[in-house]
Amino acid sequence: MIVETGHYALVLAFALALVQGTIPLWGSLAGDRALMAVAAPASIMQFLLTALSFGALTYAYVVSDFSLVNVVENSHSLKPLVYKISGVWGNHEGSMLLWVLILALFGALVALRARRMPDDLAASVLAVQAWISGAFLLFILLTSNPFARIATPPMEGRDLNPILQDPGLAIHPPLLYLGYVGFSITFSFAAAALINGRIDAQWARWVRPWTLIAWMFLTIGIAMGSYWAYYTLGWGGFWFWDPVENASLMPWLAGTALLHSALVMEKRDALKVWTIFLAILAFSLSLLGTFLVRSGVLTSVHSFASDPRRGVFILAILVFFIGGSLALFALRASTLKQGGIFAPVSREGALVLNNLLLTSSCATVFIGTLYPLALEALTDAKISVGPPFFNFTVGLLFLPIFLFMPLGQMLAWKRGRLLGAAQRLTFAVAIALVAGLFLAAANGEPAGAAALAGLAMFVIVGAFVDVAGRVTGGGFSLALMARRAAGLPLSAYGTALAHAGMGLTLFGIAATGWGVERVISMRAGDTAALGPFTVTLDDLSQRQGPNYRETVGAMTLRSDGVEIGRVNPSRKFYTSRQMTTTDAGLKTISLGQVHIVMPEQNPDGSVDVRMYWKPYVALIWLGALLMFLGGGVSLADRRLRIGVAKRAQPRVRGPAPLPAE
Amino acid sequence: MIWLVFAFLTAAAAMSVLAPLARAGRRTGGLSRRDADLDFYNAELAGIARDLERNLISPADAESAKAEAARRLIGGADPQAKAPEAGSRVARSVAALASIVVLGAVGLGLYGYLGQPAFPDQPLMARKTAPPDRMDMMAAVAKIEAHLERNPDDGQGRDIIAPVYMRLGRYTDAADAWGHAIRILGSTPQRETWRGEALTMAAQGKVTPDALAAFQRALALEPSAPQARFYVGLAAEQDADAPRAIDVWSKLLADYPPDAPWAEMVRQRLTALGAAPAAQPGPASPAGEAIAAMPGAERDAAIRAMVDGLAARLAQNGGDEEGWLRLVRAYSVLKEPAKAQAALADARRELAQTPAALDRLDALARELGLGS
Repeated sequence: MIVETGHYALVLAFALALVQGTIPLWGSLAGDRALMAVAAPASIMQFLLTALSFGALTYAYVVSDFSLVNVVENSHSLKPLVYKISGVWGNHEGSMLLWVLILALFGALVALRARRMPDDLAASVLAVQAWISGAFLLFILLTSNPFARIATPPMEGRDLNPILQDPGLAIHPPLLYLGYVGFSITFSFAAAALINGRIDAQWARWVRPWTLIAWMFLTIGIAMGSYWAYYTLGWGGFWFWDPVENASLMPWLAGTALLHSALVMEKRDALKVWTIFLAILAFSLSLLGTFLVRSGVLTSVHSFASDPRRGVFILAILVFFIGGSLALFALRASTLKQGGIFAPVSREGALVLNNLLLTSSCATVFIGTLYPLALEALTDAKISVGPPFFNFTVGLLFLPIFLFMPLGQMLAWKRGRLLGAAQRLTFAVAIALVAGLFLAAANGEPAGAAALAGLAMFVIVGAFVDVAGRVTGGGFSLALMARRAAGLPLSAYGTALAHAGMGLTLFGIAATGWGVERVISMRAGDTAALGPFTVTLDDLSQRQGPNYRETVGAMTLRSDGVEIGRVNPSRKFYTSRQMTTTDAGLKTISLGQVHIVMPEQNPDGSVDVRMYWKPYVALIWLGALLMFLGGGVSLADRRLRIGVAKRAQPRVRGPAPLPAE
Repeated sequence: MIWLVFAFLTAAAAMSVLAPLARAGRRTGGLSRRDADLDFYNAELAGIARDLERNLISPADAESAKAEAARRLIGGADPQAKAPEAGSRVARSVAALASIVVLGAVGLGLYGYLGQPAFPDQPLMARKTAPPDRMDMMAAVAKIEAHLERNPDDGQGRDIIAPVYMRLGRYTDAADAWGHAIRILGSTPQRETWRGEALTMAAQGKVTPDALAAFQRALALEPSAPQARFYVGLAAEQDADAPRAIDVWSKLLADYPPDAPWAEMVRQRLTALGAAPAAQPGPASPAGEAIAAMPGAERDAAIRAMVDGLAARLAQNGGDEEGWLRLVRAYSVLKEPAKAQAALADARRELAQTPAALDRLDALARELGLGS
């Protein structure tokens, strides 16, 4: 009964989405308050129904109800509880249900804040959100129903894909979806603004928290995914430029651009059309990512036909929402009032540059990801666009981003002084140079790694120069500095933290150049050198897990003969899927990591061991964590802002702005 | 009971739409544009005042910011815009009615199409502890498996579960089970053959060296075993040793009556290998020999008489599976497809209770080209 109740709740949620998508929109266009008031309660109800449905599916997984096809195909009664629960979204149907649950969650959160929003904006936003929910609910119900039943249930399920039986699955997809789906709200806001024909600073203010939340979760979601791939796939890499990864990177790039352009819009009432466009773009790219991953286009263009209904359905959703919003955009964009004017050298100008570079890298990733697919579809020629292409092009576009990041923070709104900003950064430049030289001396070749690490230091230190300058601006008395520090807006700290986080990630990436890799065959008792350490394989033993057998290698890590830690890489064999996975043994040594996997076990009793020493590698993910934190700090800043120009210096005569003094 | 729950959910969903419509007169939702603009302006002023107080901006900057905020307030206001009204009663009624219809029709309609309201939850624990007479086959399998785990040397249990595994398509498990049975109860031609067959099925029809060894053990114990001989021939065919396959299968056909259930299949295999269709070996029974000795027309009449007798007997006693199979085949051999079809239909009706027999009928129909 619980299962069928969940099923009915899902159908009802779809029916409610139809109502929620229509009546408030009608009310908003007709100026009818009563009709608009439907939006908020309906959104909350929509969330409750979806949550009920998700809960019912989770229940079926927890009690191993094998009368559901979805549970049979992805669960096993012996699986640990946490993987039974995470298995709910470890498959196509369940993950789509999680997707609509998060869609509904965002709708409900907006609904809870709707009291303080202009009612026509809230009504239109929630109506558009309902259209998105409705489309995906119908997709689930008709082509990927997780509640499909089997008349004669088997006694055992086929188990979850072993690679997914990992804490990573419990964390990574929900976070990533919070990010992906979070951009649905900014999309809904953009569509609502176009429908209502009003886009202004107030709009930007209402969108800001949602953009930030979506960006934060997308950042951390991508980082978690990358860490997961790093420790389970056993290749020691953290980013593969795999199409699925690119699918999440594209919305991140567009979303980061959106975050910055919305700032200009909020403070200066400028860049409106562009901001709306980015909001549409960010969500369109999220949808595209979903389409690429879900339709099977990615593994091969031809497997598209293996489940044509799903692929075609998502394609239809994609065309409807992207096409519809772009059509609306084309129709309305020309009527939007343009706002504030600014000089090229100004905070706004820096943010425009940031936007240009970010969207260009986004376009590059887009081309690199889709071109091979398009080419294969048209000519059957298989080409692969690999890491060298992406590293070169995206790297080239990101270099100026890193160079200008601290500079942009220094510039004033409306018009700034490039030289003054640069002067204030001399300290950061000096530290970057020293750090680069020091690292080059300490770690040696390649020089590129040291140069990049120096650039990272510039970004990190530069991120705090502005805040430091404002804290110490009144003199170095401790009490005064503390007072000034407390008086600074939280968003200033948020910016500094997020930018520094980006710098840390860059540092981690730069340091991969100093990594050491060894692939050898070892027997119990063997010792091998790895960079500054030695690794001894003490013992190989068998262990029985709940639904797998594993071979565990007990290894001791020594530095100059002194034991500094133990590492236990393992190979797990899952009986019901007849699959083997490798778990990397990791040991973190002051920001660096020793990463050991056993990809192969030989008949003669030895094992193949792949070992890496990766200095500073943890910074890649710590940086993302810091970006997340920075977003959170910024989110906590609820002030309204208006960009204030520094009083014009007599010798800088930019184009005279509107009456600012 | 479940319909009560559904009714409650539907009512709750409807209330979320109807309640705000009913409260039309009072302001419950967000702010009107004008109020929102004003709120925003005041909040901006408060923010500027706070920044000024904290010394973050100079008084002159604060003035300019205030001016910009005021400009935005004026710029944003649309003089023609009027505050949203509660709207007409008609619009509200239409909205309410439409929502109820959509929620009811779409909700129940789509669920009626997709859902199975009478299908209870089946948590695994509940199924495992259910009384045995209500246990489904899967539960029975699980019970036997649990029993075998505790008593690994129960050979009989292995013998029982192995064919079930075969039917479930768990060929590797079936092969394992027979392996255990052989270990515990000893090797018999039948067990070896079945094990070989299971191994072959597990390898998607490829006779693996293991399977071949099993068949050869079976033949060592009973040289005439037809199934094992068939698979030995199949192994030869898969090894691209056609002459040997033809040799094995021809001998197999020669040793058994032509209407053995597998004979037709072996003949087809032989034809596919390019061997001359094996000479129809002489009939095996004395009556058959007598019929074979008759001149053409008389022989036909005799055969017809036998076939009619068989048909009459089956009309009395419809449970004879082998009889039905023979009858259908006989009509087909006599070139009377209509009668063959009729016999097939009768057989299906009579044997409807035994799925295995229906499978064999289907196989026969396919073999003889009788559409079903």
